[in-house]
Amino acid sequence: MPTFDALCAYALCVFTRTLTGARMLWVGCAPAAIPRVYYGNHNAHADFALIWSCLPDDLRERTRPVAGADYWLKGKLRTFIAQRVIRAVLIDRNPETRKEDPIKQMADVIDQGDSLIVFPEGTRNTTEETLLPFKSGIYYLAHARPETEFVPVWIENARRVMPKGKLLPLPLLCTLTVGAPVTIGNGEDKEVFVARTRNALLALRPPQA
Amino acid sequence: MTPLQVTYSLFVGTGVVLLVASIIGWALKTAVAKGQPHATIDNLNTRIKAWWVMVLVVSLAFVFGRTGVILLFAFISFFALREFLTLTYTRSSDYFALAMAFFVVLPVQYVLVYAGWYGLFSIFIPVYVCLLLPILEVLAGDIMRFLERTSKIQWGLMICVYCISHVPALLTLDIPGYEDRNLLLIAFLVIVVQSSDVLQYVWGKLFGKHKVAPEVSPSKTVEGLIGGILSATALGAALWWITPFNPWQAALMALAINAMGFFGGLVMSAIKRDRGVKDWGHMIEGHGGMLDRLDSVVFAAPIFFHLTRYFWA
Repeated sequence: MPTFDALCAYALCVFTRTLTGARMLWVGCAPAAIPRVYYGNHNAHADFALIWSCLPDDLRERTRPVAGADYWLKGKLRTFIAQRVIRAVLIDRNPETRKEDPIKQMADVIDQGDSLIVFPEGTRNTTEETLLPFKSGIYYLAHARPETEFVPVWIENARRVMPKGKLLPLPLLCTLTVGAPVTIGNGEDKEVFVARTRNALLALRPPQA
Repeated sequence: MTPLQVTYSLFVGTGVVLLVASIIGWALKTAVAKGQPHATIDNLNTRIKAWWVMVLVVSLAFVFGRTGVILLFAFISFFALREFLTLTYTRSSDYFALAMAFFVVLPVQYVLVYAGWYGLFSIFIPVYVCLLLPILEVLAGDIMRFLERTSKIQWGLMICVYCISHVPALLTLDIPGYEDRNLLLIAFLVIVVQSSDVLQYVWGKLFGKHKVAPEVSPSKTVEGLIGGILSATALGAALWWITPFNPWQAALMALAINAMGFFGGLVMSAIKRDRGVKDWGHMIEGHGGMLDRLDSVVFAAPIFFHLTRYFWA
């Protein structure tokens, strides 16, 4: 008998995939049961739900989105969803008040054999720019766990489905393009690695008409 | 024949055609491709499989009668509208208009069809929505590419909701001597138009040489067009016994809907080509999206509905 949490997770997957007809195109690699860090472009709250819902079932059970505790621990519903349904890794985004190092939190998850979903832009992109500059957290995580595969996932159309500030999602088609994994090179520079991961993600963007 | 016998014969007939197609597909794969991957034959077999699913889904809807059919086409409209609007340029200011399109206009149109309120369902989208939509848009205050955005949403609603809703609208027609058989009118329309598609494809693959509109559609040929439309019209005439028409009337109706079907396909192709895509979506394996399968039906349905209504109801 599946737990209530599992049923809610299943319902969220079905809802997201039915509404957006989302397809995950594994262009650069195949699904694998190893700890990976999926990183994508961030345009809407729906982004983590899209990547998470489209992963194969066995991978999804071991994949945890990284999210801001300040937003997700507000209110009973959000806390329930973040902690019980999607099993998010909640980090404190404020460097002054935080008690735990977010990089250590994420590295611990990888040590346990689970995968992560991160959005290196740091915040939802509401500008006309295709992709905001990446924050350096992705480098520090790669430095802490150098064998980890960083898998780029380009999410197309999520901003139109759930524009900032709107609660009701629009049914529009989304596509997720999964590229080849990026691993940090021996002694690779921070700027070089961050640029490499950013370019790998940009390269997956479908050609615009 | 009683309506029930007619319906059974129709389903058995369709099943036989699909079975023959599946056997031909299997034979081609074994004899010509010898089990190895072969682009055209594999695509053909995928298409045939998709046809089985589509026929089963429609048959299931028929079992549930009027409600089943209306629900089925409401979902079909939803998928088609989603594909169409995904490919149009919209801005964040269009959010409210788009939400209204999916969550208000679409259900209202189908409720009106369900209620059989012809006076309203025939003008709700072309008149009321056409005027209210730009009003909503102008209140959002964004004038960038204003006319383009409003027109495209309106057109999407016309094609994906208005036109498609005229298929189940056939159920609302009161045809003397043909009561309770209206489901068969839907079957006639869908079978004739889809056969026209398939036959144009087959004739085109076998005898196609001169392209009809190479700028718009690289695969449509004159030979495919004429062979396909004529043979599908003959099929329509042969199906006269499921309609209230006599054989030559059925032939003329079939000709009208095949012609509209062909041009509808051409128009939708032009839109796709301009947008740089090959398919509207990927819902149906081997065919593309929902709109790819229906691009002939959308132009044919309202014409068939009004011709039938004018002359027979």
